[in-house]
Amino acid sequence: MSTMRRVLSALAVAATLPILATAASAQKTLRFVPHSDLKILDPIWTTAYVVRNHGYMVYDTLFGMDDKGEIKPQMVDTYKLSDDKLTWTMTLRDGLTWHDGAAVTTEDIIPSIKRWAAKDSMGQKMMSFVDSITAKDPKTFEIKLKSPTGLVLLALGKPSSNVPFMMPKRAAETDPNKQIEDFTGSGPFVFKRDEWAPGSKIVYTKFAGYKPRSEPPSGTTGGKVVKVDRVEWLPIRDHQQAVNALLAGEVDYIEAPPHDLHPLLKANKNVYLFNWNPLGNQFTFRFNVLHKPFDNDKIRQAILYALNQEDFLKAVVGSEEYYKVCKAMFICGTPFETTAGFEDKLESNFKKARELLAEAKYDGTPFLLMHSTDLQVLTNLAPVAKSLMERAGFKVDMQSMDWQTVVARRSKKDAPSAGGWNGFLTSWVAGDLLNPVMAGFANAGCDKAMFGWPCDEKIEKLRDDFARETDSGKQKAIVEALQRRLAEYPTYAHLGQWYNHGALRNNVKGVVASPAPVLWNISVE
Amino acid sequence: MGGYLLRRILSTIPVLAIVAVFVFLMLRLTPSDPAAIIAGDYASSEQIEGIRERLGLNEPILKQFFIWIGGVLRGDFGESFFYKKQVAELIGERLEPTLSLSLLTIFLVLLIAVPIGIIAAHNHGTWIDRFVMGFSVLGFSVPVFVVGYILIYIFAITLEWLPVQGYQRISDGVGGWLLRLILPAMTLSVVFIAFIARMTRTSVLEVLNEDYIRTARAKGQTELKVLIRHALANAAVPILTIIGLTVAILIGGVVVTESVYTLPGLGLLTVDAVLARDYPTIQAVILLFSFAYVLINLLVDVAYTFLDPRIRY
Repeated sequence: MSTMRRVLSALAVAATLPILATAASAQKTLRFVPHSDLKILDPIWTTAYVVRNHGYMVYDTLFGMDDKGEIKPQMVDTYKLSDDKLTWTMTLRDGLTWHDGAAVTTEDIIPSIKRWAAKDSMGQKMMSFVDSITAKDPKTFEIKLKSPTGLVLLALGKPSSNVPFMMPKRAAETDPNKQIEDFTGSGPFVFKRDEWAPGSKIVYTKFAGYKPRSEPPSGTTGGKVVKVDRVEWLPIRDHQQAVNALLAGEVDYIEAPPHDLHPLLKANKNVYLFNWNPLGNQFTFRFNVLHKPFDNDKIRQAILYALNQEDFLKAVVGSEEYYKVCKAMFICGTPFETTAGFEDKLESNFKKARELLAEAKYDGTPFLLMHSTDLQVLTNLAPVAKSLMERAGFKVDMQSMDWQTVVARRSKKDAPSAGGWNGFLTSWVAGDLLNPVMAGFANAGCDKAMFGWPCDEKIEKLRDDFARETDSGKQKAIVEALQRRLAEYPTYAHLGQWYNHGALRNNVKGVVASPAPVLWNISVE
Repeated sequence: MGGYLLRRILSTIPVLAIVAVFVFLMLRLTPSDPAAIIAGDYASSEQIEGIRERLGLNEPILKQFFIWIGGVLRGDFGESFFYKKQVAELIGERLEPTLSLSLLTIFLVLLIAVPIGIIAAHNHGTWIDRFVMGFSVLGFSVPVFVVGYILIYIFAITLEWLPVQGYQRISDGVGGWLLRLILPAMTLSVVFIAFIARMTRTSVLEVLNEDYIRTARAKGQTELKVLIRHALANAAVPILTIIGLTVAILIGGVVVTESVYTLPGLGLLTVDAVLARDYPTIQAVILLFSFAYVLINLLVDVAYTFLDPRIRY
């Protein structure tokens, strides 16, 4: 801090009311810049990542996913599956309490699972196998299944939106389509609603009553040991300003500064970059199969041949340090990594793409590609796609709009000329794509599928087979078959994995690598 | 005067009504869906539909309008789709940073712009005049956010004198409040200083050639008295008009400045609400801004009567 700033600060403090003197203490505070402002506080009501991240502060989960992608118990102590594979018995750990001091019991857990499952697609799938969930005693509950499934742990331990966060009974019994009004959790931090300044500050304090697991932290599981007294989320919309604030020591940790600012951060000896999400993210091109030309499988296959991942990754991310060409739909570096069906695709084979267009009798009908212009990470995707597809013989009508308009428009089933669409590009957090049930764009359940509404019985059969299978080896074989089918009946094109590092000041240590930015284990020295 | 004031105040009603209808329709006619935004990027169609139902967005537009306007007439601007707070409460929370920034900016503008405009007029044709005019052209040519980044780089990053961003409430200490407002106010004031200095120079220059100025000088009055009492007083009406317009234009600048400096005021609220399609908040904030605009114009008109006795309503 410069002399002048010390003088100015001293003058400021001198002029400050005594209130500051009482507020000033030896508290250790972590000042964190989230990727966007927190407006909604119910992580079950929305899938927005910032709300999911808020959920990890305040709530705990029955299971979590470790850094190897394995599901491990979190609030649960012991759990077992009966020999007939039809009953899961789970017992909660000792000493779990809510922020108000009340004990966590199965009376809270059961409605929490039900509320989450009513909203989350994987939860819905899991519940289709569930006959009943009953409490045996305050700490033990049973999930009885109608038929065996390998989904229960995968669903209860899923690391990304919607995460099955546990809430007290009074909150968990809220209508799933209504936001909760009570923000009591049992997670490692307490949300300070009285200090919440919408738009500028979200405050959490350490939950003194939290009992961390004894294992070291790993992913979203393990010991969630809080090493600061207070965490302040400070949403700064302007990325450059967030970086300026970090360099000036006004904040400690930026969740995701854009790649073009990395050189500025790397050049400063007081800060460092850390890849908190080793699984990364995946770019995707989504087709709308309801309208011409993407109602034709061969034309969508032609897109798979026309595109290549590297062009997209270079256009957005730039440095090879931060991306990976990866033909696995369900993410490289995970148990379900496979290139099946895509060995010759996503390599810009324009000749093959043109042949397929000729076979499909593509008549040159332009397709409407929505181009999101206001999110840095998406802006360059559509122009690259347009260029590659035109080289393959497509006619592309690229329409530019802000992301929220894309979000609104993509839910319309109307023809493109009547306000609908044919295709758009987006990015997923890899933690949402780890298996065929979890990955929303792999759903081909017609009206029940996400926007784009693909409709294919074979895909749905394979997804169902995956959900029923309990053997991981057999699950892998199903994933390979499914990926091959997704190459024949494309519902989306996956355009490579990329990584977005967090930026931290040197005095911030202990960040846990995880599919979501979690703030336990971090110390501010 | 009383009748005039009453007529002017009553005339704001149709203005605000037109604004209300226009904003409401504009928001409903744009291709956007708050429910899809609230549900999150990866929500299913059913999730989005459930939220749309909950927010009443499935109702016919006319019904939505009458529900909203009925609430406004009762002083109820509705609840923010996102923050789950009454919009009036949200605006109340955001008023302080915006008022603080605006008042400090106006203070800086008046403190700097009017004197340098007078000095430039008094030194017409000299290097001082050319310098002030050069600054003016530069000042209103450079966008507010560019000025902001330059000032941040100099005063916050390089010299480390002032904070980069953020806001401290005045109740938490006047010093910290002021420290965090200096850069934003400087940023926002540059364009207005440039504009008003130029207008002041032109207005004062016009009256400096008048007979009564020559008479005042002939009577042996000091140059300062001539400039302030005779020149500035007679040039005040056009300057005040510009100041009035400037205050109204300030609203636009506040939006940009609050975004750059992360000041949680009405400007930032507007940006967030527009990006999130938070209809109740957008509608209320725009109505408030329109009301402020009309009110400022009224105040300027009233102020004319004090500055020029020939003006009567």
